[in-house]
Amino acid sequence: MRLHRPPPVAVAGAVALVVGCLSPWATFAGFPGKMSLGGFPGGARLFCLLLVAGAVLFVVDVGGRRRAALATAIGATAVVVVNLVALVDQGGDIGSVSWGAWLALAGGGALVAAAWRLPSGHPPPEEWRRRPAAIEVAVLATGLLALLGAVVWGLEIEESSRFVSFLVFLTFSAVALHHLGLFSGLGVLFNRYPRIAMLLGAAVAVAFPFTQQGNAYWIRVFASIGVFAVAAIGLNVVVGLAGLLDLGYVAFFGVGAYVGALLANASLTTVHVHLPFLLVVLLGGCVAAVFGLVIGLPTLRLRGDYLAIVTLGFGEIFRITANNWDGLTRGPNGISGVPDLAVGGFDFGASHSLLGVTLPGFANYYFVELVLIAGAIVVFTRLNDSRIGRAWVAIREDEVAAAASGIDTIRLKLLAFAIGAFLAGAAGTVNAHVTTQVSPDSYTFLESILLVAAVVLGGMGTVPGALLGSTALFVLPEKLRSFQDMRLLLFGAALILVMRFRPEGLVPSRRRRRELREEAPEGVPGLAGATGAPPGGPVS
Amino acid sequence: MTLLQVRGVTKRFEGLVAVDSVDLDVGEGDILGVIGPNGAGKTTLFNCLSGLEVPTGGEIRFRGHALSGRPDRFTRAGVARTFQNIRLFPHMTVFENVLVGRHCRTHVGLASAIGRGPRFRREERESEARAEELLDFVGLQREGGVVARNLSYGDQRRLEIARALASEPGLLLLDEPRAGMNAQETRATADLVRRIRDRGVAVAVIEHDMRFIFGLCDRVAVLVQGRKLVEGTPTEVQADPRVIEAYLGTPTG
Ligand SMILES: Nc1ncnc2c1ncn2[C@@H]1O[C@H](COP(=O)(O)OP(=O)(O)OP(=O)(O)O)[C@@H](O)[C@H]1O
Ligand SMILES: [Mg+2]
Repeated sequence: MRLHRPPPVAVAGAVALVVGCLSPWATFAGFPGKMSLGGFPGGARLFCLLLVAGAVLFVVDVGGRRRAALATAIGATAVVVVNLVALVDQGGDIGSVSWGAWLALAGGGALVAAAWRLPSGHPPPEEWRRRPAAIEVAVLATGLLALLGAVVWGLEIEESSRFVSFLVFLTFSAVALHHLGLFSGLGVLFNRYPRIAMLLGAAVAVAFPFTQQGNAYWIRVFASIGVFAVAAIGLNVVVGLAGLLDLGYVAFFGVGAYVGALLANASLTTVHVHLPFLLVVLLGGCVAAVFGLVIGLPTLRLRGDYLAIVTLGFGEIFRITANNWDGLTRGPNGISGVPDLAVGGFDFGASHSLLGVTLPGFANYYFVELVLIAGAIVVFTRLNDSRIGRAWVAIREDEVAAAASGIDTIRLKLLAFAIGAFLAGAAGTVNAHVTTQVSPDSYTFLESILLVAAVVLGGMGTVPGALLGSTALFVLPEKLRSFQDMRLLLFGAALILVMRFRPEGLVPSRRRRRELREEAPEGVPGLAGATGAPPGGPVS
Repeated sequence: MTLLQVRGVTKRFEGLVAVDSVDLDVGEGDILGVIGPNGAGKTTLFNCLSGLEVPTGGEIRFRGHALSGRPDRFTRAGVARTFQNIRLFPHMTVFENVLVGRHCRTHVGLASAIGRGPRFRREERESEARAEELLDFVGLQREGGVVARNLSYGDQRRLEIARALASEPGLLLLDEPRAGMNAQETRATADLVRRIRDRGVAVAVIEHDMRFIFGLCDRVAVLVQGRKLVEGTPTEVQADPRVIEAYLGTPTG
C-alpha cells in the first residue's frame, strides 16, 4: 500500500489532540469522568482520543480518505466543543475550562484544516474483494457485534454531557466509516448471506438482555421499542412500499391494544373473557385490518396530501370514540390492570434465571416481540420481493402507468393498508400487556407522527431502517432526560439534519436512494436525469 | 375477425368535445394508423380505449365483450398501451418494469407470496423467463439491470412496449412511438411494430410522421376536431382532398 507523507499541520494537530485528551479539561472536581485529572483519557476525552485515530488517513492511501478524515477531525473537535459548553454550564464561567481542553480544541481545528486541504482522491471500492465465505460471515458477525457493543456501551453512560459526546463520537465515526465504504461493503455481504445475516441479527438481539446484568431499566425500554418496531415495519409497508402517507396509523395500534386488553380479563374492564394469547394476537391484528379496510375503502381513491389529511382525521375519530364509549372502553379511564401473560404455567411477569443471568419479566415480553418482529420481517421482505411488492412500488412511482399496466390499484392499496394495520394491531395486543393499561391518550396524533418519523428517519422501504428509527426514537429521549423540555425540539433538529444530509434515511433501500439522489449514485455519472423524460416536456 | 369494435364513442370535457362519436374497428392482425392535427383528440380516444378516461357516450367491445371500468380491467381483457410522454417506473430496473407488466397474468396471492410455495416459485420463474424473452424481443437484453430512468430516450420507448407486451395483449395501442427518434431508430420502430403484429398482436398507432404511418399501416383513420374524417388504406387517405384540407386549411382566394 502506498503511504503519504502527512502535512505538518496534521501531525501537529494530532499530537496536540492526543496531549490535550490526556490532560485535564476541568479546573474543578466533580465533572463526570474525573476531567480535572490528567494522565489518562477519562470521561468524554476517550471519545475524542478515539476519533484522533482517523489521523492515520493522512498517511495511508485508501478510497474516500479525505471525507473520512474530515469527519473524524470534525467529530473530535465537536466532542471538545460539547464539553466546553457543559464545563462552562456546570462550572459557572469560562475559567472552569482547563488547558487540556483548549489544547485539544486547537489540535482539532488544525486537523480539520489539514483534512480540508487533502486531495479528494479516489472513491472507495463499490464492493470488497471476494473472500472465503467463512471470513465474509465473520466480518458480518463482527459488524453486528460492534453494533450490540455500541448500544450496550451507550446505554451504560449516565451523564448527559458524556452521552451527547458519545453520540457525536458514534455519528462521526459512522460517517467516516461510511465514506470508507464500510457500510456499503457490509450491505453487499448482508445481501449475499441473507439467512445467515438474519440469524446473526437475531442472535445479537437475543443476546441484548444478557448484557444488562439483571438491570431491568433498559430491558423495559427495549420492550417498548419492540412493539413500536413491529408497528413501524407495518407502517413501512404502507408508506415505504405503497407510498401512502398515513397520519392516523397509531389508531390501528390502539385498536389492537384495546382488543388485547379487553380479551385478557383485566381487573378494570368491561368484557370479562380471557382468550389464549396467541389467538388474541391474531384477533387483534385481524380487527385492526378490518378497520384498515373500512377506513381505506372510501379514502384510497384520494391521492397524496388528501389521503394524509383524511387518515389524520380517522386517527382522531378513533381517539375520540375511545374517549367517549364508556360502555366498552371505559372512556378516559381506559382499561387497566391488564394481567401478565401466562402461557402454559410460564409467568411472563416473573423474572427468570438463565445462564447465570437473572432476566427481569420485561425480557420475556422482549423475546415475544422479537418473534413478532421476525414475523413482520418475513412478511415485509417476502411481499416486497413478489408481484405484490412490485405492484406497490409501481403504484408509488406512477399510479396511472401502474393501472394501465394491469394493476388493480385500489385493491393493492387496500391490501397494503390492511397488512400495515394487521401488524400494528398484533403489536398493540402485546403492548397492552407490557404497559398493563390502555387509555385513549396513548394514541394521539403525535404518536402517529413519531411513527412516520421513525420510518422516514430510518429509511423508507427497509427493515433495518424501521428498526433503527424506532430504537433511536425511544432511546434518545430516555437518555436525554435532562433536556426533557426540549425533547421535541432536539428531535426536530435531528430530523432536519438527517433530511438535509441523508434525505433517503439512515438505511435506505436502493430504489429510494435512486429517487432522492439525482446525481446517479450507482456509477453512471451524468446519465441520470439527463436522459429521462424531460420534466417540463409535453404531457398528455 | 374483429377484435375491437368502437361505436359512437364520445368524450366531452366541459364544453369541449374532444372525441365526437367515433366508430372504429380493429381486426386481428391489423396495423391501424391514427393521424390528425394537434389537439384532434387522438390521445383522448386512446385513453377511452384503455380505460384511463370514461367515455361520455358510446360503446367499446373487445373480442365481443363490452369493456368498462378501471384501466386494469381493459389490460386484463387484452388492451395494452404506451404513452405519448413516456411513463415508466423510473426508479425500478428495466427488468422490474417488464415484470410489473406481468401482474395481471400472474395470480399468486398474499399467503403464497409469504409462504413461498412451489406455485410461487414456478410463477416467478415463468414471469422472469417471459420478461427476458420480451427484453430480447425489443433489443434490451443487455439493459435488464439498468435503472429505467438511465435509459436513452429510444430505449425508454422500447421498454414501454416490452412492458405493455408483458400483459399478453391482443391489441397494443402506441401513442407516438417514434417521437424524439432519429431516422434510423424510426425504421427500427416500424420494424418492431411489424414483428409485434407477427406475434399475433394487433396494433393501433398514433403518429404525426406520415411516412412512418403510410409505410407501416394497413389502414389509416384521420381524426379532426374529435371526429373521424376519413378511414381507408394509406393510398385512399393520401389521395383524399378532405385530409389535405384538414391539414393545410381551405385554400383561400
Ligand atoms: N383532461 C382533459 N381536460 C380537459 N381537456 C382535455 C383533457 N384532455 C385533453 N383535453 C383536450 O382535448 C383535446 C384533444 O386532446 P388530445 O390530447 O387527445 O389531442 P391529440 O390529438 O392527442 O393531440 P397531439 O397530437 O398534440 O398529441 C385538446 O383540445 C385538449 O386540450
Ligand atoms: Mg396526443
